[in-house]
Amino acid sequence: MNAYWQCFSGIVLREWLRFVLQRTRFLSALVRPLLWLLVFAAGFRAALGIAIIEPYDTYIPYEVYIIPGLACMILLFNGMQGSLSMVYDREMGSMRVLLTSPLPRTFLLCSKLLATSLISLLQVYAFLAIAWVYGVQPPAMGLLIALPALLLVALMLSALGLLLSNAIRQLENFAGVMNFVIFPLFFLSSALYPLWKMRESSEWLYWLCALNPFTHAVELVRFALYERFNPLALAVCVGLTLVFALLAVLTFNPQHAALRKTN
Amino acid sequence: MNALEVSELSFAYGAKEALRQVSFSLAPGRFAALLGPNGAGKSTLIALLTRLYDLQRGDIRVGGCSLRNAARPALKQLGVVFQQSTLDLDLSVEQNLRYHAALHGMSRRQTGFRVDAELARQALTERRRERVRELNGGHRRRVEIARALLHEPRLLLLDEASVGLDPASRLALNQHIRSLCREQNISVLWTTHLLDEVQPSDDLLILHQGRLVASGQADALSLEHGGDLGSAFARLTTSGAVQ
Repeated sequence: MNAYWQCFSGIVLREWLRFVLQRTRFLSALVRPLLWLLVFAAGFRAALGIAIIEPYDTYIPYEVYIIPGLACMILLFNGMQGSLSMVYDREMGSMRVLLTSPLPRTFLLCSKLLATSLISLLQVYAFLAIAWVYGVQPPAMGLLIALPALLLVALMLSALGLLLSNAIRQLENFAGVMNFVIFPLFFLSSALYPLWKMRESSEWLYWLCALNPFTHAVELVRFALYERFNPLALAVCVGLTLVFALLAVLTFNPQHAALRKTN
Repeated sequence: MNALEVSELSFAYGAKEALRQVSFSLAPGRFAALLGPNGAGKSTLIALLTRLYDLQRGDIRVGGCSLRNAARPALKQLGVVFQQSTLDLDLSVEQNLRYHAALHGMSRRQTGFRVDAELARQALTERRRERVRELNGGHRRRVEIARALLHEPRLLLLDEASVGLDPASRLALNQHIRSLCREQNISVLWTTHLLDEVQPSDDLLILHQGRLVASGQADALSLEHGGDLGSAFARLTTSGAVQ
């Protein structure tokens, strides 16, 4: 058991060191959601009035509405980027070193997913701190309650990223992931607009959004931030995390990539 | 007990055969050079030895433990230096070593002790806090060797480890690995395409078109197939030479 703990803590420590040493990467990951918050949300504030909806107790400005979605956006980008690099690196570089560990491959992959997810949380909380200064201030207890919700979402999205990267060869560059995974997941969700607004425009778009796992991720975080519990979102996120992680580990096989290259 | 035993190993990428019925063994403390032209199957063999690929047919045993049935004890006895550097450039020498120790589940105390010992052996003690990015190619290779030896493996696998080094560093590396063989009784499998890295007393394995076309002591093989190593290699790796 001790060997497993040493291994896991070593993987987390390495991700932490890389995070600390690559400050520019950290800053660039913050720029994206901050632009949405400080520019996009400010511009659309007047256009998009938000009625009283759960979990909010009162009318809220648009900036308040999109905070959970932007927090999840950080996790979405990090999860996809991290998983893509795991696949890209598996035949060379750091993943090869990871895989020479005598511990089971399933344990190694899950440790890696958990470690990158933990580091992503630091970026989310840095973003929430800036948002706090900007004036979007969820209850302090909500920020604490949101921690496990954010971790679950980070895991779900990393596992999904790994699964997609394993399965689809065309996703071997980030542009493909942006166009076919990140943008559809993000825009077809409740991150930027409440689903009832979407329903007013189009019933079938509403259903696409309602079935999107990212919508449930955003709602789980939104409710947690305001000290509310959303059982449906939690069930969906827990279930999908387990399914994605299981399939991702089962399909992570460098041999398949090599086979695809030769065919 | 042999440090490495490869038996009846075959591997195919779909319909394309990469290795066919490859068998050889490596005794403790021996230096074996694995030679082969491009496309001979060396990379596939390394991928199988390091568990990157799963075994299809045949078996690999490291220190008597099968990669198929007992991967954990087998991998514990294997140290690897990959062709391309796999160090974290932004991390220090010591941080890289400690990460590797953690992956092998080594305790903190044991790690501290082993890191000190391997850094001293590679004459890197004073550079332990330097970032790997600041080191030259030769020093980076030494860090990778220190890393590969950290968990005290019985078998050290070096995949074209001298690629990219200047002639002096290449020679120094080769000699250093040989001294490890002698002093630590570690077995070494050294893949290369450079004939001058092979010495007459080495075990020699020649792969060609996925088959092991020759194995034995280098001087004996040279004598049997043309007189010197260059001619023997050329003869054995010409298409059609496969028996």
